[in-house]
Amino acid sequence: MSMDIFMQHLLNGISVGSLYALIAIGYTMVYGILLLINFAHGDIFMMASYFMIFAVVDFGMPIWIAIPLIILLTVILGMLLERSAYKPLREAPRMSIMISAIGASFLLENLATYLFSGVPKGYPDIPWLTKVVNIGNVSFQIVTVVAPVLVIFILIGLMWLVNHTKTGMAMRAVSKDFETARLMGIKINTVIAATFAIGSGLAAVGSVLWGAKYSSVYPLMGVMPGLKCFVAAVFGGIGNIPGAVLGGIVLGLGETMLVAFFPGLTGYRDAFAFVLLIVMLLVRPNGLLGEKSTDKV
Amino acid sequence: MSKEYILEISNLSVSYGGIKAVKDISFAVPKGEVVTLIGANGAGKSSTLRAIVGLEKPAAGSIKFAGEELAGLSTDAIVEKGITLVPEGRRVFPNLTVLENLKIGAYMRKDDLSKDIEWVCDLFPRLKERSWQKAGTLSGGEQQMLAIGRALMSKPSVIMMDEPSLGLAPIVVQGVFDIIKEINRQGVTILLVEQNANMALKAADQAYVMETGRITMSGTGTELLENDDIKAAYLGKSKK
Ligand SMILES: Nc1ncnc2c1ncn2[C@@H]1O[C@H](COP(=O)(O)OP(=O)(O)O)[C@@H](O)[C@H]1O
Ligand SMILES: [Mg+2]
Repeated sequence: MSMDIFMQHLLNGISVGSLYALIAIGYTMVYGILLLINFAHGDIFMMASYFMIFAVVDFGMPIWIAIPLIILLTVILGMLLERSAYKPLREAPRMSIMISAIGASFLLENLATYLFSGVPKGYPDIPWLTKVVNIGNVSFQIVTVVAPVLVIFILIGLMWLVNHTKTGMAMRAVSKDFETARLMGIKINTVIAATFAIGSGLAAVGSVLWGAKYSSVYPLMGVMPGLKCFVAAVFGGIGNIPGAVLGGIVLGLGETMLVAFFPGLTGYRDAFAFVLLIVMLLVRPNGLLGEKSTDKV
Repeated sequence: MSKEYILEISNLSVSYGGIKAVKDISFAVPKGEVVTLIGANGAGKSSTLRAIVGLEKPAAGSIKFAGEELAGLSTDAIVEKGITLVPEGRRVFPNLTVLENLKIGAYMRKDDLSKDIEWVCDLFPRLKERSWQKAGTLSGGEQQMLAIGRALMSKPSVIMMDEPSLGLAPIVVQGVFDIIKEINRQGVTILLVEQNANMALKAADQAYVMETGRITMSGTGTELLENDDIKAAYLGKSKK
């Protein structure tokens, strides 16, 4: 394999990994605060893609208006989901919330099938993301570079939020102890809603970048990325934000390299995530950057 | 001799499912005093405090704080009014530093905290030394100090403490009670729940005894210390 081709794969791997990272952050933040695997997260990502199609194709909005709008809509959808499917179960056993999450996921998938049909639609073209650039013999879409850079900025921003702001301090407190957080005067429902807002917003950002790479939009499009990004979050240490980013990148790179070095294994691309998960759970159940021992699941 | 009561509990009941943990109790806390609620395990002391601060919904009764009804309000609305609880088992946030634990105690405040952080650190010099340490790494006694310090940071007019001496070495317990008296001397009203009846009664102006959800006895701290039934039941001394 020549250096150029290797660079090409490396770049692809990192950029796919960055997309995974954006979605994985949502899983990890929600898990961190509610100890809940938000099974509907991948479907929120799917809905964001449909929002974009409606905004641009059906309503003819310019991209620069459509992007903030669909991020906003996705944030609202995520908060609505939390409000209706999870908030009423705040004091319920963990298993009930888990089942509610699975239900919410099915609901969104079937709602999308019912409303938008199962026939795939094309994601609107965003020229400044899909444009192909050549450097030497390596050629790539602009999104390939935009994704990792954006992820780095988002990670820095989130770490600042969590570790150096009052809201972040409240998030860390709520994640350990609802009751005592309430005693401090923290409105825990607001903090939890904010966590869902951030996770859903990032899923929407992820969907825009995703659409530039894989333009097919259909009701079950969130399932596989959702599962993989959950794996990425567990791999990095669920509850840990840099862990989710690291997990996403490792997963994206691993997958890409697997196919690059062993073309015969192309069909197993999606299986890679799960092999990674099994190995990780056997070797280091708390993930790469996870806390050593917790009272979590 | 009319006292000004900052906290008035009337006919309070608390139930868990069908089980009544607190049965129709009434008592009042005069402003500026130390009032203690003593009783054996399971008597309903914690349930009473938790109901006052809105962590449990009272099944019946009224809770008046400076004349305002608290029953039915959310916990954040209640603590905002100036009453706070140092929970049973301390419950510091282990993943936050000592300093962050103090700051989060003042979560609702928007003014400058530096003076009060200094005040709390003067009360508990150990906390100052360890301000950058994660609270989870502190000893039990230090965590109790932190939990009290954290509560003070909200500048409450009433602090309720649920068994602050639980699980602490006797010498540390003495320190905790010294602090309680000092905080009270500085003007904070205290409602203290204890199983350590001896220490609590010595510290208290007014005391109530709880048994299986009811208040069965009351009096000044000194009166109850001298009471033969109390001596037998809570102070480990046999009746004469
Ligand atoms: N969350 C709960 N669910 C059910 N029963 C409870 C709960 N908390 C306390 N109880 C019961 O209520 C009674 C009073 O408990 P508690 O108020 O904790 O007593 P104390 O603090 O005096 O030891 C006990 O019988 C206890 O088992
Ligand atoms: Mg108790």
